[in-house]
Amino acid sequence: MPDITLQSALAQVTIGLIAGCFYAMLSMGLAIIFGLLNIINFTHGAQFMMAAFLAWIGLTQVGPWLGMPEFQIGFWPALLVAPLCVAALGMAVERLLLRRLSHLDHLYGLLLTFGVALVTEGLFRHAYGVSGQGYEPPESLQGPVDVGFMLLPKYRVFVVGASLLICLSTWYAFERTRLGAYLRAGTENPRLLQAFGINVPLMITLAYGFGVALAGLAGVLAAPIMQVTPLMGGSILNIVFAVVVIGGLGSILGAMVTGLGLGLVEGVTKVVYPEASTVVIFVIMALVLLLRPAGLFGREA
Amino acid sequence: MRSRFIGYALGLSLAAFAAAGGRAAEAVSDGVVKVGILTDMSGIYADFTGRGSAVAAQIAIDEVGGKVLGAPVELVAADHQNKPDIAANLAREWFDQGKVDMIADFPTSSTALAVMEIARQKNRVTMLSAGVAMAAITDKCSPLSAQWMVNTAALAAGTAKALLRAGRTSWYFVTADYTFGHSLERDAAAVVEAGGGKVLGTSRHPFPGGDFSSYMLKAQATGAQVIALANAGADTINAIKQAAEYGIGRGDKQVIAPLLTYITDVRSLGLAKAEGMYLTEAFYWDFDARSRAFAETYFARTKRMPSASQAAVYSAVLSYLRAIEAAGTDEAGAVMAKLRTMTIDDAVIRNGRLRADGALVHDLLLLQVKKPSESKRDWDFYTVKAVLKGEDVYPKPSDACPLNARG
Repeated sequence: MPDITLQSALAQVTIGLIAGCFYAMLSMGLAIIFGLLNIINFTHGAQFMMAAFLAWIGLTQVGPWLGMPEFQIGFWPALLVAPLCVAALGMAVERLLLRRLSHLDHLYGLLLTFGVALVTEGLFRHAYGVSGQGYEPPESLQGPVDVGFMLLPKYRVFVVGASLLICLSTWYAFERTRLGAYLRAGTENPRLLQAFGINVPLMITLAYGFGVALAGLAGVLAAPIMQVTPLMGGSILNIVFAVVVIGGLGSILGAMVTGLGLGLVEGVTKVVYPEASTVVIFVIMALVLLLRPAGLFGREA
Repeated sequence: MRSRFIGYALGLSLAAFAAAGGRAAEAVSDGVVKVGILTDMSGIYADFTGRGSAVAAQIAIDEVGGKVLGAPVELVAADHQNKPDIAANLAREWFDQGKVDMIADFPTSSTALAVMEIARQKNRVTMLSAGVAMAAITDKCSPLSAQWMVNTAALAAGTAKALLRAGRTSWYFVTADYTFGHSLERDAAAVVEAGGGKVLGTSRHPFPGGDFSSYMLKAQATGAQVIALANAGADTINAIKQAAEYGIGRGDKQVIAPLLTYITDVRSLGLAKAEGMYLTEAFYWDFDARSRAFAETYFARTKRMPSASQAAVYSAVLSYLRAIEAAGTDEAGAVMAKLRTMTIDDAVIRNGRLRADGALVHDLLLLQVKKPSESKRDWDFYTVKAVLKGEDVYPKPSDACPLNARG
């Protein structure tokens, strides 16, 4: 065991929390989609990657395409535009493909989303190669801020703040508002809700779009931290699925809390015994499934 | 009767024609020299090998006029998807039906090791221009195979020795937790310790790694003078990028030394993040007039500069064709024997000598990444700090290779 000072321990905890923010945002999107559509959305990683690419394309490619080399879609507009584009594509996939499978076993939806993810990643790999593209954070967020025990990059502080805000407001919207109540009712008994005059198919499309937009938002936030590559989604998706299972499939609160918690656990493992850092989450998953098969926050059916 | 006579005549003249053609290329089996490129066209190594490798091979073929010993030279290329079974199947088909005489590239060593064995059984040649595993020149060595660029031990030794000489004696390793990473770390650590340095610790990260901040922060906390990265591709890039966020590896107290880096990695990372790094490569396009001439030819066809792997394909194919010319036959054993007597010296490989175990010992380059302000154009990335003599960086012939024991 390496000797760890309090200072470096705090630094590592902070890093773990930052990773946890991405897990939380991605798994919340997955939880919403599973909860409302009963689909295990394997396209989530590709959607995350696509948004990061759109941000990069906006910054570096759009200007030359338009013949105006100076023109850029910067980070702040991208934070809105990229998730919206990805969500729109996602909703098209829901309307054209997923809907046709909704009456079948959800295994079919899983296979379809898996296929869509492979095709999407293949297209991006073909167009942009695999080494990845660099993306700089906006100027106002460059440089470090002294948080006492470490020099933390400003951009990471921003990511933590932004994602906590997004997670909490999503949770509030789903658990505490009338719209959220409709959505939850829609999963319990869509026919009854339809009888009340609510357009359930539209609601489901929008809910899918929202889940995808969360993945997209995480993608844009990740672009300045990770290299923007076609492979970035696939590697994070495994962990995010484990987070959703541990939190309880379809539980929004569970996704948020376990996302942050597991980021922390993973961060600490990386310091103490790095070899186990990706395994530890799956060990926890196995234990949770043994003791509470519905997950920490899941409702037993 | 009459028609039969015409038939005979026609047959005879055809036979005579075939014999004449046969004489022109009688030394070449099947009347054609066929070069195969087994590479990664769609996966994680496609940028520094892939289609670019096929282009580099074609440049070599064009340079000899598309012919050796009067026989045409042809090129085939395929995606081995980094999977040994796929590589083995393709190679079998190429050898049995495709008249392929030599296969080069192999960005994943496991594919090379699979094909080397088949090639040996079928008496054909393999040239690893991208595969860097030590096994190819130690326990799995073959008389009909050559490792044309580098191996992990030479790469590690190049960088480690140079940094030790500069007084950087305390090291920390961030290592990809699989065979390749382990062997790269082991080879470099051995050089560090033999040179009087000390290894302060190691983080072995799962592959692929994702977020490296934890490891880099931990490495920083140990105060090691060198943070060595025993990983590759996206892992290396992300580690350097995230270290830069926290200001790790900036300034002179601590340097980051990636043990296996290609020019495509540096390009993807950007000079602002990579500046000051030391690395060892077998080839840099802007080294001298000869390397630039080859690189410009390559650039004209691809709009990119060649990576060391792609450049090595060119050299391997060119040397192979020259060896056929010199040997007067394309029989694998004779060609390899000829190659072992030649001095390999072309636009890419300098002072090269092919050892019995298949290691091509040649000069390597110690490079330092330029500051953004020093770079005059795209791909102008490195300052050449030293030319490392092959004998100084390549490991001694291993006893594990029976070819060494014999001679």
